[in-house]
Amino acid sequence: MIDTPSPARPIAPGLFTDEAAPRLIGGRNRDSGRIVFPCPEGAEGERYEPILLARQGTLWSWTVQRFRPKTPPYLGPAAFEPFAVGYVELADEVIVESRLTDVAFDALDVGMPLELVLLPLPQDEGPAVLTFAFRPTGESHA
Amino acid sequence: MSDVCIVGIGIHRFGRTPDLSGLDMGVAAARTALGDAGVAWPDIQFAYGGSDASGNADTMVSRLGMTGIQFINVKNGCATGGSALASASSAIRAGEYDLGLAVGFDKHPRGAFDPRPAEWGLPEWYGEAGLMLTTQFFAMKLTRYMALHGISTRTLGRVAEKSFLNAVHAPHAWRREPVDIETILSAQMVSDPLTKYMFCSPAEGAVALVLASEAKARQLGGPMIRLKAVAMRTRPAGSFEVFAPSLDVARGGSATTNASLAAFTAAGIGPEDIDVAQLQDTEVGAEIMHMAENGFCADGEQEEWLAEGRTRIGGRLPVNTDGGCIACGEPIGASGLRQVYENVVQLRGDGGGRQVPNDPKTAYSHVYGAPGVSAVAILSR
Repeated sequence: MIDTPSPARPIAPGLFTDEAAPRLIGGRNRDSGRIVFPCPEGAEGERYEPILLARQGTLWSWTVQRFRPKTPPYLGPAAFEPFAVGYVELADEVIVESRLTDVAFDALDVGMPLELVLLPLPQDEGPAVLTFAFRPTGESHA
Repeated sequence: MSDVCIVGIGIHRFGRTPDLSGLDMGVAAARTALGDAGVAWPDIQFAYGGSDASGNADTMVSRLGMTGIQFINVKNGCATGGSALASASSAIRAGEYDLGLAVGFDKHPRGAFDPRPAEWGLPEWYGEAGLMLTTQFFAMKLTRYMALHGISTRTLGRVAEKSFLNAVHAPHAWRREPVDIETILSAQMVSDPLTKYMFCSPAEGAVALVLASEAKARQLGGPMIRLKAVAMRTRPAGSFEVFAPSLDVARGGSATTNASLAAFTAAGIGPEDIDVAQLQDTEVGAEIMHMAENGFCADGEQEEWLAEGRTRIGGRLPVNTDGGCIACGEPIGASGLRQVYENVVQLRGDGGGRQVPNDPKTAYSHVYGAPGVSAVAILSR
């Protein structure tokens, strides 16, 4: 019997599909057709139908988080490494806010093509949680 | 309808005052404003006031005097002061009262604001993943704008340099030392492209204004500073606001654009008629973008405006003549009224080393904040 580490827990249910080519789960307003992310829950959720969003998009804007966000709510470890965040435009659907990964800060450029991946977010106590991120399209990962 | 006049102004210095509460500062500002107007608290018929984090404004009646007047608390985020002013103005314009007070104060702890997701109707993961920071929003709105409209980082530096330079001459400002542009540009990066000198800090302070009907103002005999228009608006569809996990692909206008248009329409003048402006500058990019959103220039023209110094004291349109939020810091409840205070100082010709030359006749103030609120006031004399 091979002892494999248990897969990381998603940071929240219903945000993305857990598969080799993951997709974000948005919500389409049943009346207006407006698409939002994440798909609303509770009473508001009744007005939306869940839909899978495009996996690829383009960078709409970005910045680099240079200081450690306050905990709570931030889950990351006390030892802080700056990370990039951005808004990613999924054509004709919606512009989503996301972490950016596998890219040098000075290579970030509005309009660059990106694709969705799942990113383990380590914690000081407890196992890493799985969040979503976008990376430059076509990056190879062994 | 009667014009509404600002007949008294009072400010408690912005920055940090460890021994005073927010309410203490509010009371001090109110007393200064009453003295400036030459009236006493029992003359005041009504008040609107508020703070974001320092409690209920109406509790100041126990300090100023329990005259039994109508005192309505306002809590409207960054538009708290602007909303108090709009409400007080309406009460006088409607003929209900002819002398009232608008007051705003606040006192925030050091460091960035630390909002919790649930208070904003957002899921917990949004904060857990490190996405719930106001600084990220400001930086990303600016990054997009710079890419679309050709704004350089040097222009960002020029805005901060101007703010600190103006504040040297503003006794109520917090940071009153000049900072040269190279220091600003090479300082620690907070959220790219913004360095630490390009952001305002949460702060403390208070402002009070005494408002009067035209007839009452004439009777008091001071300079006639008229509140020609005040408009407060919330965000339209397709606007880009703080704490948005997603945005519509179809982009829309902003609360600022709508408040600005409403105020200009009510005042019957346009951006070209304004002699001095105070524009919300939570960070330097906000001042740049708000120049266009308020109609003072086209998108992208800010590059030329800043290079030529058009927004400096003595330029074609001096902007943030007391150093704005960059140099004064941002006590949320007081910030919008500080802008109006500064405009009254300028229209009275009392600006000293920061006085806008050539006898300014019209002044514009604009406040903006989460989650997409804006208030604009236009003054004239």
